[in-house]
Amino acid sequence: MTGTIIASGKISGQGLRVGALGAATLALALSSSTAVFAEDAKFDPNASITIGSLYEPQNLDNTAGAGQGINEAFNGNVYEALFTLTDAGDVQPGLVAEQSVSEDGLAYTFKLRSGVTFHSGDPLTAADVKYSIERVTSEQSKSSRKKSLATISAIETPDDQTVVVKLSARSISLPYNLSYVWIVNDAAKDLNAGEDGTGPYRLDEWRRGSSLALTRNDKYWGTAPTNGEVVFQYFTDATALNNALLTGAVDIITSVQSPDSIAQFKDNPDFTVTAGQSTTKELLAFNDRVAPFDNVKVRKAIARAIDDKKLLTSIWGEYGTLIGSFVPPTDPWYVDLTAVDAYDVESAKALLKEAGFADGFSFKLDTPNYDPHPIVAQFIQSELAKVNIKVEINVITANEWYTKVYKAHDFQATLQEHVNHRDIVFYGNPDFYWGYNNPKVVDLIKASEAAANTNEQTAKLKEANTIIAEDAASNWLYLYPQIVVSSSAVSGYPVNGLNSQFFAYGIKKSEQ
Amino acid sequence: MLLRLLPGDPANALLSVGADAAQIEKAREQVGSNLPLWQQFLRFAGSLARFDLGTSFVSGKPVIEEIAARLTVTVPLALMGFVLAILIAVPLGILSAVKADRWYGGLISTVSQLGIAIPVFWVGILLVTVFAVTFRLFPSGGFPRRGWQNEGQVLYALALPVMTIGLVMGASLLRYVRSATQDVLGSDYLRTARALGASFPEALIRHGIRNGAVPIVSILGIELATTLLGAVVVERVFALPGLGSMLLLAIEQRDYPNVQGVLFISTLLVLLIGFAADLTQRLIDPRLRERAVGGNA
Repeated sequence: MTGTIIASGKISGQGLRVGALGAATLALALSSSTAVFAEDAKFDPNASITIGSLYEPQNLDNTAGAGQGINEAFNGNVYEALFTLTDAGDVQPGLVAEQSVSEDGLAYTFKLRSGVTFHSGDPLTAADVKYSIERVTSEQSKSSRKKSLATISAIETPDDQTVVVKLSARSISLPYNLSYVWIVNDAAKDLNAGEDGTGPYRLDEWRRGSSLALTRNDKYWGTAPTNGEVVFQYFTDATALNNALLTGAVDIITSVQSPDSIAQFKDNPDFTVTAGQSTTKELLAFNDRVAPFDNVKVRKAIARAIDDKKLLTSIWGEYGTLIGSFVPPTDPWYVDLTAVDAYDVESAKALLKEAGFADGFSFKLDTPNYDPHPIVAQFIQSELAKVNIKVEINVITANEWYTKVYKAHDFQATLQEHVNHRDIVFYGNPDFYWGYNNPKVVDLIKASEAAANTNEQTAKLKEANTIIAEDAASNWLYLYPQIVVSSSAVSGYPVNGLNSQFFAYGIKKSEQ
Repeated sequence: MLLRLLPGDPANALLSVGADAAQIEKAREQVGSNLPLWQQFLRFAGSLARFDLGTSFVSGKPVIEEIAARLTVTVPLALMGFVLAILIAVPLGILSAVKADRWYGGLISTVSQLGIAIPVFWVGILLVTVFAVTFRLFPSGGFPRRGWQNEGQVLYALALPVMTIGLVMGASLLRYVRSATQDVLGSDYLRTARALGASFPEALIRHGIRNGAVPIVSILGIELATTLLGAVVVERVFALPGLGSMLLLAIEQRDYPNVQGVLFISTLLVLLIGFAADLTQRLIDPRLRERAVGGNA
């Protein structure tokens, strides 16, 4: 098995995002978020919370190409999984009451919670769990998680409350990967436009192009939500979304994508701006297979010639984080590698000379046509001009990126944002679009998945991470901030939005 | 047909970046994009005959259902904007033509010129800034989720979009009304009517409006038809789930059943509007009726 190479992200109006998923991260909300958690005694238990978002799902089934929007609206709210990835980044039992793992790590036994029912009234049984997992791994499934579950060889249901998952190889990330598998009723029909989950909310109405309304499930097995209903209101235009918050038409914006719009909320007591930790990395990816990028020195020289800090500031102002590798600080295997190939034009020139490019060279940079890539491309062009490298910017659409770069590997260098955490495993796949191939890294990443415990996994991935950075496999420009803006009347929402999730059940709205 | 020649397969839009070849083939089979083009077209034509617009590749919902939902936004929006435009354009257009020598006649035509020059989205943003953000009189966008079950809310939500369309359409319409009125003012029949003793307003209303209305009605037909799909800019600014934004999204996603469905329905609407405009013209002008019957005018 070549590691678990999985991607999430969709070709959609919002552009294309690439990512992978992985195990627990410990997320740190920045200090400004403390206000969000402040206890508010006088909240309205039946409040209607309106959440403004730019990510409308295409349909309601995450195995049918629904896009990231469905995870935002449904994960943890309408559907639950055997395990839950919390906003803080750890994996906790969800519908699983007890679990045990066999000595060889090849059989996981899960005891289900009792007394759990679907919204339709059917009780949750082991057969539903088996059906739900197989729905994701089936041939028809368009789920991006499919490959991560490829090690599952069999699912047994010895009784109604017990599920045994058999693996063909050790997979330390299984609980994490199962946190994406919605448990659906095996008798449910039409999950494209309807639902039958176990979550704290049931679907009220989906008005395509406009809104998706969830209403509280009064028969929920767990802690009842602190609000009565949640309405996701969808926008295609960020300005219209900001105006909606300004005028009180929405209570929360899940993810602000432009720093310019933050100013109007920041110094206004009516609003709360929260900067959490995203896992989205802006990347200058080389095609490591082709000259001159098959030369480590050239890649390192380019990394040194670009002033990442200046770039980040010009795009995100005071927000965002610099990273020295593909791993964000919230991953357990984070190592601060910002000092590796730090900005240093003179040493970049020296490296290029060593590599035989004293007079520079020119290359074509395939640039997706949506923000922030065109701006980043221009910045890189001017930075690299200083070391005599000529960048030819080639603007392409998301669809072209997918066919030309991602599938055909027909490119020299490209820009892309990779959204999910633990996607370091991409570097363990020599067939991935950037073609990085270091046998040591491939082995380390493969071994990390077969690790007996998370400490071993972390140690292996830390080592791999360091090698990848030293090899300048790609140029990691910066880490996006995750910014949530809300009316100051609401609190208790997730701030990190890991893997696009937005748990709504803890949101409180004060009585006015 | 031409749509399918665009690069990109609808199956790609369904799948994420991690999809393998088998997943792609499966998706192509599902949406039918693996078939030769002519077969895809025959399929489409066949189901059209049964008035079945098919099922969206992306959402899995019947196309006709979604179009119906979208029409409950677009049709009222376009019609109300249209009525507002007429209410603005007709009185002001006539006034500016009749009183072209007064200061306000000049002012009206200058302002209308400005209205034509300003892009629609900018008018929308301006109205949002003033009426929604600053004065909090109207919502800045969105459509009530229960739709027409609550008419008051819908009207409230559509207030600014209708104003936007009404103002922009009204400005260009005003120019036509003005020049049509000017033609009428210089006409022989008006002079004759005056000579026969009719007062100026009487002559204008009895003879002028009827004559001037004929070209205006055909312009109105075109404007209304354009607004049905052209409202997409307004829909975007105000986050309204209308027909135009459905078409835009469907094209982005290569969701051909939706694209074809929207084009089919909007073509149908445009033809209907054209027909209605023709009928109206004949109602207004008896000469057109005779010509149609006699056929040798």
